[in-house]
Amino acid sequence: MGGLPAGKVEPTEHDYAEWERRVDALRLLLSGIRGGKKLMTVDELRKNIEALPPDAYERMGYYERWVISITQTMIQRGVITTDELGRKMEQIEKRDARKV
Amino acid sequence: MHARFKPGDAVRVRKVYPLGHIRTPFYIRGHSGVIERLCGNFCNPEELAQMRSGEPEQPLYRVRFLQKDVWPGYRGNAQDVLEVEIFEHWLE
Repeated sequence: MGGLPAGKVEPTEHDYAEWERRVDALRLLLSGIRGGKKLMTVDELRKNIEALPPDAYERMGYYERWVISITQTMIQRGVITTDELGRKMEQIEKRDARKV
Repeated sequence: MHARFKPGDAVRVRKVYPLGHIRTPFYIRGHSGVIERLCGNFCNPEELAQMRSGEPEQPLYRVRFLQKDVWPGYRGNAQDVLEVEIFEHWLE
């Protein structure tokens, strides 16, 4: 796989989780396909997936790689800042802590 | 930019792990310390790393932590300290 030995590939069907569908939709919308502003290209998606450290790449699922790559692209382009992302993450953690 | 904290103030480092280039070490996030000094104002490295200006400059502080609070099972002197330079937007 990717030029490296990886054993036999077992193709299986699986249902997508709701968050995976949303990541897919997010990527499509950011590419401007629905007439919105084009905020990323598929090449940026690939570049930022390729920039993942090998162990992280191995550990992550397909859409986990996508969501990390989309986020990196938005930071690189200045659509969001690292600080805004951190504050939003804190806000969501607090919101989820209240639910438990 | 006006500095929000002064030497002696108790602060906590925000415990959050966003993406990007961040100068606040992982091991110190979530820990409480005391402002040792204001180092000055500097452009935000999180923005500089993305090839943007990083302006306006942000206050940078040297923050003092007790080693025993930071490292689990620390067996050195209980008064040993660790000082880390942290930007204001990472402190609360």
